[in-house]
Amino acid sequence: MDEFINLKETELRLGLPGTENVCEEKETVSCCNNSNKRALPSGSENETESSTRKTETSPPRKAQIVGWPPVRSYRIKNNIQTKKNETDHEVQGSYVKVSMDGAPYLRKIDPSCYKGYSELLKALEVMFKFSVGEYFEREGYKGSDFVPTYEDKDGDWMLVGDVPWEMFLCTCKRLRIMKGSEAKGLGCGV
Amino acid sequence: MALRLPSKVLKHILSFIDSNEDRNSVSLVCKSWFETERKTRKRVFVGNCYAVTPAAVARRFPEMRSLTLKGKPHFADYNLVPDGWGGYACPWIEAMAAKSPSLEEIRLKRMVVTDECLERIAASFKDFKVLVLTSCEGFSTDGIAAIASTCRNLRVLELRECIVEDLGGDWLSYFPETSTSLVSLDFSCLDSEVKISDLERLVSRSPNLKSLKLNPAVTLDGLVSILRRAPQLTELGTGSFAAELKPEAFTKLSKAFSNCKQLQSLSGLWDVLPEYLPALYSVCPGLTSLNLSYATVRMPDLVELLRRCSKLQKLWVMDLIEDKGLEAVASYCKELRELRVFPSEPDLDATNIPVTEQGLVYVSKGCRKLESVLYFCVQFTNAALITIARKRPNLKCFRLCVIEPFAPDYKTNEPLDKGFKAIAEGCKDLRRLSVSGLLSDKAFKYIGKHAKKVRMLSIAFAGDSDLMLHHLLSGCQSLKKLEIRDCPFGDTALLENAAKLETMRSLWMSSCFVSFGACKLLSQKMPRLNVEVIDEHPPKTRPESSPVERIYIYRTVAGPRMDTPEFVWTLHKNPEIGVSKLAIK
Repeated sequence: MDEFINLKETELRLGLPGTENVCEEKETVSCCNNSNKRALPSGSENETESSTRKTETSPPRKAQIVGWPPVRSYRIKNNIQTKKNETDHEVQGSYVKVSMDGAPYLRKIDPSCYKGYSELLKALEVMFKFSVGEYFEREGYKGSDFVPTYEDKDGDWMLVGDVPWEMFLCTCKRLRIMKGSEAKGLGCGV
Repeated sequence: MALRLPSKVLKHILSFIDSNEDRNSVSLVCKSWFETERKTRKRVFVGNCYAVTPAAVARRFPEMRSLTLKGKPHFADYNLVPDGWGGYACPWIEAMAAKSPSLEEIRLKRMVVTDECLERIAASFKDFKVLVLTSCEGFSTDGIAAIASTCRNLRVLELRECIVEDLGGDWLSYFPETSTSLVSLDFSCLDSEVKISDLERLVSRSPNLKSLKLNPAVTLDGLVSILRRAPQLTELGTGSFAAELKPEAFTKLSKAFSNCKQLQSLSGLWDVLPEYLPALYSVCPGLTSLNLSYATVRMPDLVELLRRCSKLQKLWVMDLIEDKGLEAVASYCKELRELRVFPSEPDLDATNIPVTEQGLVYVSKGCRKLESVLYFCVQFTNAALITIARKRPNLKCFRLCVIEPFAPDYKTNEPLDKGFKAIAEGCKDLRRLSVSGLLSDKAFKYIGKHAKKVRMLSIAFAGDSDLMLHHLLSGCQSLKKLEIRDCPFGDTALLENAAKLETMRSLWMSSCFVSFGACKLLSQKMPRLNVEVIDEHPPKTRPESSPVERIYIYRTVAGPRMDTPEFVWTLHKNPEIGVSKLAIK
């Protein structure tokens, strides 16, 4: 059985076989790993395989190993989704389409880039070169032919500004700036 | 002269034998038994779609009513098999359409299924009843619509964790307008919204519906309305549980659940807010299966729910349950048979996973019927493994994933050899085993020697040398599937134990030390094995001694397959590459 011992090829490595990447030695894991509190990385596709050396000072980001831990990609995808929803409406960047009645083409914006309704509306005004009037809680938008509306998760068209900003960020699927008579119906309260 | 059992009598006896393993044994007795058996087998299982040709299967089993097929190797679940590798359902469907038009049930796992395929199924099998697709891909909701509209006697349509091109929720409206024979519908993996009115009407005209699994796009309101129309459900997968917290919503939900007096299995629960959990309390006492693995519910809300589930047999949950929660499970869920604890942050860097080995020890001690475990945690100890083996010798499936590769027993710094030895020795009925953590050759000597009934073994980041593979292939009497990644196994053990491979369904090795030369030699030596080298680098350019990225070896009577992509090399493809001298030390 001697030929099985000390085979050069059986040196333990974590890199792709045949690559020049230097690999980790057999690590002895210390018990006190709790300093590594890390958030889920935003790009969790483990595409790259590269080895890193563990240092004494601060543990570097470990090697991204394809398919490890062995969790089905379906589950990872869903976990990310649930985590997104769980962290108090902390919406990750997501663009929504913005259309304006009469405009020849649509635009896209990321509502979460703005801090609130006033910033969002200002940006829309600049983008489409119109003015939105003033928002009143009961009466809606007054002083303009244009009314900003959005489609929510349930597929209903709502007036922009009615719900708290955080909730709006979660439920807004697309924006539409209505104009004219259609707008009047929505904008002028019940 | 031996007495011959009249075939009528044998036929009658066989009608009581469902297990295919038993039927396979029966068919080996003699030619006449083989004939009688094959003419009476209704449920056919093919564990590797490339092990046999569809035509051969159709020919052998003329009375086939149910076909189950598996395609890609298991590690495809973790992205270790490149796209385009294979596992196509079409040739099977074509063959069955031509030769077995009475086929009623098709179950496919890890296969590539196209819309054309689905349309063919719909068109070819007059009495088609059951379609279950697990981890499949390659089709769209159009294909589903074809099944829904054409298969008038459809009972079961389940899409389990498939990757579907979702073209919208219209497919739901394609079910026949008159009452349907649906017993089970699972569309939980689809993304887009279905019209609630379509769903309501479908449920209302499906009086036999017992199992319904909605997708996350179905809202709580939708769920309430469905439950009202289908209080007879025994299995429910909810949609999204996130909604604005209105008191009326909660009451409605509670009431709807309390009317479902036959509910035994609950899953889904995406985005579930802890405030809504009490709506489930009324069904808890009757639940035998609960899948909370997509619910980001934490302690103590989890315990509040679980302590009411005294009949629970199957629990899937995330590690948010913590050791404390598992301690509670151990004391409340005495009927537990299967436990799966998934990582909420499946990341190599996540070292703050809230479950430790202690959680599993609690459950092993408290749940006497526990027989199946899948457990993710950061580190483990030999002591814990020994306790688990001692307390639960009835374990049939033990899959431990110590996320930290090469993690030793964190209390003693030793390899986990002793612990897994205890598992292999103590759990005599163990059929499936996944090992992890720091393991030396010794561990595999124990496993090879003692794990007599293990059929499937998964190994990652383990071992010192070729000796490990040698121990496994020369031991493990019942081994059928072996999958290995990132271990220093190499040519010698593989070639020495080549004969073993014909007794197994398949062997997968990736990021190990098998050389291209050895693969070629093995291919030549063993014509009844398909040896596939799956490697991004073209084989012609690589030297004989260089290790290949992945190999997949399986026994087959179908010969080499003709549908390999470029990155899969088989001997058949390049017969001009002879086998030169091997450089094995």
